[in-house]
Amino acid sequence: MPIDWPRLTDLLAQHVQLSFAALGLALVIALPLAIWSVRNRTVAGITLGFASLVQTIPALALLALFFPLLLALSALFGDAISPLGFLPSLLALTLYALLPILRNAVTGLRSVEPAMVEAADGVGMTGLQKLWLVEAPLASTTIMAGVRTAAVWTIGAATLSTTVGQPSLGDLIFAGLQTQNWTLVLEGCLAAAGLAITVDLLLGLIESGIAHRRHARIWGAAIALALGLALALWPAPQTDRPVVTIGAKRFSEQYILARLIGRRLEAAGYAVRYREGLGSAVVYRALASDEVQVYVDYAGTIWTNEMQRQDSKPRPQMLAEIARWAQTQHGVRLIGPLGFENTYAFAVRPDDAKRLNLRSLDDVVRVAPDFVFGTDVEFLERPEWQMVQKAYPLRFKARRAFEPTFMYRALSLGEADIISAFSSDGRIAANGLVVLADPKGAVPSYDAILLASRSAAADPRLIAALEPLVGAIPVEKMREANYRVDRDADKQSPSDSAIWLDRAISAKTEDKNP
Amino acid sequence: MATSPIPSRPQGARGPAVAFEGVGKAYGTTIAIDTICATISPGTFVAIVGSSGSGKSTLLKTVNRLIEPDSGRVRIDGQDVAGREPHRLRRSIGYVFQNIGLFPHMTVAQNIGIGSRLATGQTLASDRVGDLLDLVDLPRDFAARLPEQLSGGQQQRVGVARALAGEPGLMLMDEPFGALDPVTREALGEQYRALHERLGLTTIMVTHDMAEALLFADRVWVMAGGRIVAEAEPAELIAGGCGAEAEALVAVPRLQAERITAMRSGG
Repeated sequence: MPIDWPRLTDLLAQHVQLSFAALGLALVIALPLAIWSVRNRTVAGITLGFASLVQTIPALALLALFFPLLLALSALFGDAISPLGFLPSLLALTLYALLPILRNAVTGLRSVEPAMVEAADGVGMTGLQKLWLVEAPLASTTIMAGVRTAAVWTIGAATLSTTVGQPSLGDLIFAGLQTQNWTLVLEGCLAAAGLAITVDLLLGLIESGIAHRRHARIWGAAIALALGLALALWPAPQTDRPVVTIGAKRFSEQYILARLIGRRLEAAGYAVRYREGLGSAVVYRALASDEVQVYVDYAGTIWTNEMQRQDSKPRPQMLAEIARWAQTQHGVRLIGPLGFENTYAFAVRPDDAKRLNLRSLDDVVRVAPDFVFGTDVEFLERPEWQMVQKAYPLRFKARRAFEPTFMYRALSLGEADIISAFSSDGRIAANGLVVLADPKGAVPSYDAILLASRSAAADPRLIAALEPLVGAIPVEKMREANYRVDRDADKQSPSDSAIWLDRAISAKTEDKNP
Repeated sequence: MATSPIPSRPQGARGPAVAFEGVGKAYGTTIAIDTICATISPGTFVAIVGSSGSGKSTLLKTVNRLIEPDSGRVRIDGQDVAGREPHRLRRSIGYVFQNIGLFPHMTVAQNIGIGSRLATGQTLASDRVGDLLDLVDLPRDFAARLPEQLSGGQQQRVGVARALAGEPGLMLMDEPFGALDPVTREALGEQYRALHERLGLTTIMVTHDMAEALLFADRVWVMAGGRIVAEAEPAELIAGGCGAEAEALVAVPRLQAERITAMRSGG
């Protein structure tokens, strides 16, 4: 697959903006704190302790934790505070960058020799002059070493900001990981690593320039950094077409559908942006706050996660209730179901199905104590799992969580014996997996539904451009499109697959309406 | 050295008088200096000698408020030093100490000019830096060097030049030549004494070397246990009768001198 250069440079620019902003903010916070810490032991204990504590929280979790916090704040202060995208990413990365800067600055300032302090006092420096003329210059190489560490960490961790809806090089990594497109993963990794190494080298030049009093070196590197930032901040060519942001969660079907929607909107004269790789909890919030204007979700997900419903309703009634709820709560419009379902489908290997005579979840209850249950990372926490457990007394030997892509592999390799697959996944048919029936109807309906935000709902042209998709995608076509992206050989990119899907469903619609 | 243009104070100027009025300082239960009363008349070179922990450095540092006394006051020309802002007070007093404390990231010229930069924001004119280098007997082209490129003796000469740059009347020296080799030490001591006279300074020098004190100072204060136990001119001290502590300290160089004389006549 050829490299999509415009997209790569756009993501690189966003990555640079985010990591530089976080690093800058961390410097502004950490340096005064370091100075205060050096003069006051209690403060040192508190600041270093806090920074170390932050460091023990995994970056991904830290990003996720800012979401509810900012959500609460945005409820108080309104639209100025967005719980998604730049702000949570900036805050999390800033917190992360604090420790190396703070620790090195404190160490550097503390290691200034007492003779220097005595001399500074002796010649009549004020506290500020002493800090600026003596302590800071003497500690500067140690401080710069901390800044370098922070820069590398920040640039690396910024790839995770994709999960809260901030575009970064992580978009490529997450998309590649989900669609097993290793070229894309490498592209993202290499770009992030290249950026980190370049920034580290430039900061290293500044550091050695300070140590050896080479002003040309310091200025040269500083100007190179400033130019890089200026390039990243250079506004993208403005389009006079209205811009629509399309959201996508973190799996192949979502990437493909986002591109399909994008194609239709572009054909209707809109400019589109993609926010891909969003966590499922995040994406609906993004729509509700109008940061994302269109995306595809699944009826059961909204029903259980957003509406907190535990009951099961017949499909038409469920869709009607979702439409009413979304409209009244967030002004979100349910454009309609796409025509296929992507529900949780419990799948086993065909040989096991035959040997153990497994047809439904009732049959699994019998063999569960010998089975390892493979799930995606969120399933065990989801209400659907509670509903399934209520209906079928399943006691598995062990449970293992995988990224969706690896879940199918795990089943084929015998690492898991039953998985919580997705019914629209092309790999079910391709691997000949047996999907077990759910005779008690424990899992709610998961019709794919097209949702539009408040602003998109108010644009009749946009709705008109997307309405033809309603009821237009049969599950076989979706499976095939998914498989084109997920298969191991002759993989397609989500956008190529979307082109295929677009043609396939257009042909079908034409057949229907000659 | 004596023929160089005077980069300094008006001819015939005299350094200030210094008075200690009941100055005391304790660290917890340890008394560093015990209510000291003493005066220094203008233009005098006073050496404070004593063993380690006798309180001599503490006493010296109460003058430029590097140490704040618990009791009593220090007056310079009658003015209480506590009444002045510490950094302004210190800019008007030359301070030289054992660890030299040249700023390693600044050139010799920047080190010498630091007082001017602090007070006025201006760098010191290169002529003036050159004059000060002349004064301490260093080549003028040292101005562009970094401290690490100088020997210990050269560094302390820069230290003295830095202390003199602000044209102070009073110089405080805390074991200024303590870390130097004996030859350099002797030469620097000699040259500083000459400067002291030529510039009409008041100098207070702390040293643990009685020979240095006897050779260069006008008056010698002997300290022990936080008190001044003897105060005399060098000649009086050598003559004896100034107390046991003074005797013990004077005995060392005297004995050394006698032995050397004996060796010379014997050989």
